[in-house]
Amino acid sequence: MMPSPVSTAVAVKPSATRKRLGSWLIFSAVSLYFLIPLGATFYWSLRGQKDVLGFEAYRKLFADTNFLPAFSESIVNAVATIFISLLIVVPTAYWVTLRLPKLRPVVEFITLLPFVIPGIVLVFGIIRLYSRPPLLLTATYDSSRILLICVYVALSFPYMFRSVDNGLRAIDVRTLTEAAQSLGANWTTILFKVIFPNLRVALLSGALLTFAIVIGELTIALYMAQHTLGPYMANLTRSKVYEPSAMAIVAFAITWAAMGIIDFVGRGSSKHLQMADTE
Amino acid sequence: MKSSQTSDPQLSNVTVGGASRPPRLNFGHWLGVIPFFVFSGLFLIAPTLILAYRSLEGANGGLTLENYQQLVSDTVISAYAMSIKISLTTAILGGLIGFLIAWVVSMGGLPPRFRLITTTFSGVAANFAGVPLASAYVFTLGRVGLVTALFKMFGVELYKNGFSLYSFLGLILVYLYFQIPLMVLTILPALDGLKREWREAAENLGATPVQYWSRVAFPVLMPSILGTMILLFGNSFGAHATAYALTGGLFNLATLLIGQQISGDVLHNPGLGYAVAMGMVIIMAFSILIYSILQRRSERWLK
Repeated sequence: MMPSPVSTAVAVKPSATRKRLGSWLIFSAVSLYFLIPLGATFYWSLRGQKDVLGFEAYRKLFADTNFLPAFSESIVNAVATIFISLLIVVPTAYWVTLRLPKLRPVVEFITLLPFVIPGIVLVFGIIRLYSRPPLLLTATYDSSRILLICVYVALSFPYMFRSVDNGLRAIDVRTLTEAAQSLGANWTTILFKVIFPNLRVALLSGALLTFAIVIGELTIALYMAQHTLGPYMANLTRSKVYEPSAMAIVAFAITWAAMGIIDFVGRGSSKHLQMADTE
Repeated sequence: MKSSQTSDPQLSNVTVGGASRPPRLNFGHWLGVIPFFVFSGLFLIAPTLILAYRSLEGANGGLTLENYQQLVSDTVISAYAMSIKISLTTAILGGLIGFLIAWVVSMGGLPPRFRLITTTFSGVAANFAGVPLASAYVFTLGRVGLVTALFKMFGVELYKNGFSLYSFLGLILVYLYFQIPLMVLTILPALDGLKREWREAAENLGATPVQYWSRVAFPVLMPSILGTMILLFGNSFGAHATAYALTGGLFNLATLLIGQQISGDVLHNPGLGYAVAMGMVIIMAFSILIYSILQRRSERWLK
């Protein structure tokens, strides 16, 4: 039976409104699930002082003698991780795209490993491998810290490689490289003056994602006895009442900032690319 | 040695086509990828291989499977069972709710702004796991949490009615906070891949929306949905930080059991500890493998 055009027009309208109503209901219900924990935590974080709503919990958190050292140590670790990871991944992604495409499956397989090996298993293996001669690296706090950064670098490979690889796909690496070569540029010049600047957005997203993951990492730092933000936060939840709420809000704000910048920059660049396409 | 030989013909091809290059290129050309392999080898592969080797080592030396045979002990089995139960539940629930949200923001008739808010928020929430997430839930549904207090005001004492944040149900609620966003982020591109022409063709042939979804859209989306749910399973199965922060490491979960084993030999058998760890790697590898196969299948239609 073919319905007449009039009856379909009448039939479509209420079902479309019903659909939209259903969408709003689902969206609101799930939003509540996500917003209530944040709201409750924020509320608690304002109650650091008796009978007054205020930022006392935040003040106490920042005044804690262990907080800033842990925070800055985590920041330094994250920045070091990003720096080393970029230095390793950019040439790898570049070479794999341009010179050694046969290696691509191998590299992609390796970038899956951090998802296959849970952090807790990895740190177990790291401790077993590096806590006795001939590879004794956990002897002092600083050598453990270097080891921790190296592990973070390896864990950042999936995010970095994917970002950089997407970035390389968006530009014509081969033409850029050949143009630079014909102008007499050597490999370091090509990498630092041609490839890096063209990958700014991709590098930034990979870097910020790595930052968001490394900054509050708990499992590996905990078992390597490092005084970073993750173990500090875990300790705080057991020893203090109001500060953990302030801490959770700060951590959420940091993650939000990192992701927000990725989104913002990414959108800017895709707009840019779209414009380039239409021209 | 072998790999450098096989790539040689390719290298010469490239060199012929490109500009003239100094002979040292051959070395420099591998130099670009060597640090990557060294780092992955030293800090990902070697630590896992040593666990694998130790798990196969008998108490008196020699290769044996006896550590794996002991995996059936009560402690280990119940830890694995709990991990699998939690991961399955959060994968299915997170998958369903995440799919609904992705559908709602992509084709449910909401203003486009909501899609942007949802993807940004999902990026944040998917990375918000660990201690801060556990704290947030303690302040919400812990013994003195805000929602617990609200329920009390209405006469319902959650903790006297069998609810606890530090239980199976509590962990499910907490884990969904990062599982749902991961589903949204992974499934949205698949939903975007559904072509308008398919729907129009189905409608022109007289299909109802239900028929379109059951006969066209779902079969196309199924590999992506299943694949992502398996990804969620692995994501929850390997999660340690959130559960550790919530329960102080004392809940019976596979990841927490390994943590206890690192701190001290709680299984009273180091070999068994290695087998527990390798068991996790095997389950994870299996789920990631199925995920990649399904992902490849879904690419056939959703390109």
